[in-house]
Amino acid sequence: MTTPHGRFGDFGGRYVPEALIPALEQLDEVRRKAAVDPEFIGELDRLHRTYTGRPSIITEVPRFAEHCGGARVILKREDLNHTGSHKINNVLGQALLAKRMGKSRVIAETGAGQHGVATATAAALLGLDCVVYMGAVDTKRQALNVARMRLLGAEVVAVTNGSQTLKDAVNEALRDWVANVDSTHYVLGTVTGPHPFPEMVRDFHRIIGVEARAQVLDLVGRLPDAVLACVGGGSNAMGIFHRFLFDDSVRLIGFEAGGDGIESGRHAARFSGGTRGVLHGAATYVLQDDDGQTIESHSVSAGLDYPSVGPEHAHLFETGRAEYRPITDDEAMEAFRLLCRTEGIIPAIESSHALAGAMKVGRELGPDALLLVSLSGRGDKDVHTAARWFGLLDDAEGMP
Amino acid sequence: MNLTPASPLAANPASPALSPGAQVLAACRAEGRAALVGYLPVGFPSVEVSIEAMVAMVRAGADIIEVGIPYSDPLMDGPLIQRATEAALEGGSRVDDVFTAVRAIADAGAAAYVMTYWNLVLKRGVARFAADLAAAGGSGLITPDLIPDEAGEWLAASDAHGLDRVFLVAPSSTPERLTVATGACRGFVYAASTMGVTGTRETVGSAAQDVVRRTREVTDVPVCVGLGVSTRAQAADVAGFADGVIVGSALVRALGEGGIPAMEALTRELAAGVREGRP
Repeated sequence: MTTPHGRFGDFGGRYVPEALIPALEQLDEVRRKAAVDPEFIGELDRLHRTYTGRPSIITEVPRFAEHCGGARVILKREDLNHTGSHKINNVLGQALLAKRMGKSRVIAETGAGQHGVATATAAALLGLDCVVYMGAVDTKRQALNVARMRLLGAEVVAVTNGSQTLKDAVNEALRDWVANVDSTHYVLGTVTGPHPFPEMVRDFHRIIGVEARAQVLDLVGRLPDAVLACVGGGSNAMGIFHRFLFDDSVRLIGFEAGGDGIESGRHAARFSGGTRGVLHGAATYVLQDDDGQTIESHSVSAGLDYPSVGPEHAHLFETGRAEYRPITDDEAMEAFRLLCRTEGIIPAIESSHALAGAMKVGRELGPDALLLVSLSGRGDKDVHTAARWFGLLDDAEGMP
Repeated sequence: MNLTPASPLAANPASPALSPGAQVLAACRAEGRAALVGYLPVGFPSVEVSIEAMVAMVRAGADIIEVGIPYSDPLMDGPLIQRATEAALEGGSRVDDVFTAVRAIADAGAAAYVMTYWNLVLKRGVARFAADLAAAGGSGLITPDLIPDEAGEWLAASDAHGLDRVFLVAPSSTPERLTVATGACRGFVYAASTMGVTGTRETVGSAAQDVVRRTREVTDVPVCVGLGVSTRAQAADVAGFADGVIVGSALVRALGEGGIPAMEALTRELAAGVREGRP
């Protein structure tokens, strides 16, 4: 799908300081060789089977589906992976590449903390030094993940400039990388950034869709009518979409964080409220003002709270191959509550945006429809937020 | 200043006339000294004071002014310039203000280059940005997050409007990348002295001298060195091997802490420094 320069149609590319170009070229060369090297493929496969817990299962959720217009709903259970989300797929791949490149230190940005936890985990497993940059707003709302990363031996740096969220963590990680590129690999956590990151991260997550497509065919005997995923940077979505790109009958639908609603201006819906631009190394869709200054995004979900989106999503949006819709905080939290109550599964708030999407799309398509939903992460990290949202605990029970 | 057809710059077929900046660099070369390039962002501490400061910097001996446009995500800038540009944005600094600053500098008789992250140019429209910059009397653009490989539209617009394009090279640049970057440069090449972001440093390491030497092997375009220079002694040191010495964070700090007088005093020191570099 990409040109040699990492373009998806008009999107992608490398908008970064020249100082990083040699490292990006090295990374591109090493990952291309690794992709066809039986030793690398075998090692990653072994880790996925014996460490990640792949293949992840699929689960049909009939009681939840009653709220989705009666459509059949199948979840791809990336929440059951080690570390609790799909992020480990990409991180193990990149950590193995870092070792191949002779780099002893990895850095990462994180929003919700899932990618940071996964990176800290891989670093512990493979004996790499690890520094994770996290916006100071996010270290507060995802404090449990900060502790998890520190338990795993990572240094967590709270980023206090700009909006103090994911975008500023990316800026800080890029600054670190420019200064330490000889010893350090930047484990970028989603399908954006300069080439080859969008393509490489997608390829490491592609296993989600490869497994799910075969599992759904095996269970139901036909392809789903639609594949649904939440889209922050868009890595779990690209991962599950990619194997279905050429299945013309399958609709691909991404759900962005609608925050308080598009009309409120407080959201992270790049395809509803954004325009073409460049951020963090890629030409894509960006929330920006008339001057091109980035507009701060808003979402109850730290992992979707990002003003830009992977360039391949921008391409799929403009070509019409995929659709992107906003889901408000309220809608996502209602879907979160429903999945807990009907199926005994506590989803990540990020993934709850895709669940809320299933409730809408199921009602549109009716009871004959078959929906495959990426349950990209589990909600343990969100219990605090949810308890506060639903007023589940009083002061005497330890809520601040 | 007159055109100097004998200059290697004039041999560039895309540049029938030298920009004001290129003329300044040629004149400095003829004088046997390095140029002093001083950076300030528009809008810090206010739009008016920043422009006044840029003009004062010309009076105090800066040869070229690098005018920064504050950007929400300045990934090549260290904490000092981040804080200044954040304050500028909070104070309401807009992209339009940069053209006012460039005009003021040109009127004061110095050359102005605009340092900008690429999205601000894209959003305005590359051709429109180039037209506005040329109309204001600017010499060109310094683009820290644009590499020549992605710059097709800018190469065309800069040719159409007779503007210089300053791309960066770094200690990590391979010979191939040096050739690509300098091949697209006009005016000067911005050589990063170190691997890192803007900010003052105790020493400007030997990496700077090495990257300048390797750059000169592939181009005749003047090479200016930036990142880390803050003192007269450092300016003199870098002036010994580069065509220009770029100072940013130290001037921003002086302006922030001591106002225009402090910034002018530092500029005079640095201007003396660039004249001491070559015995």
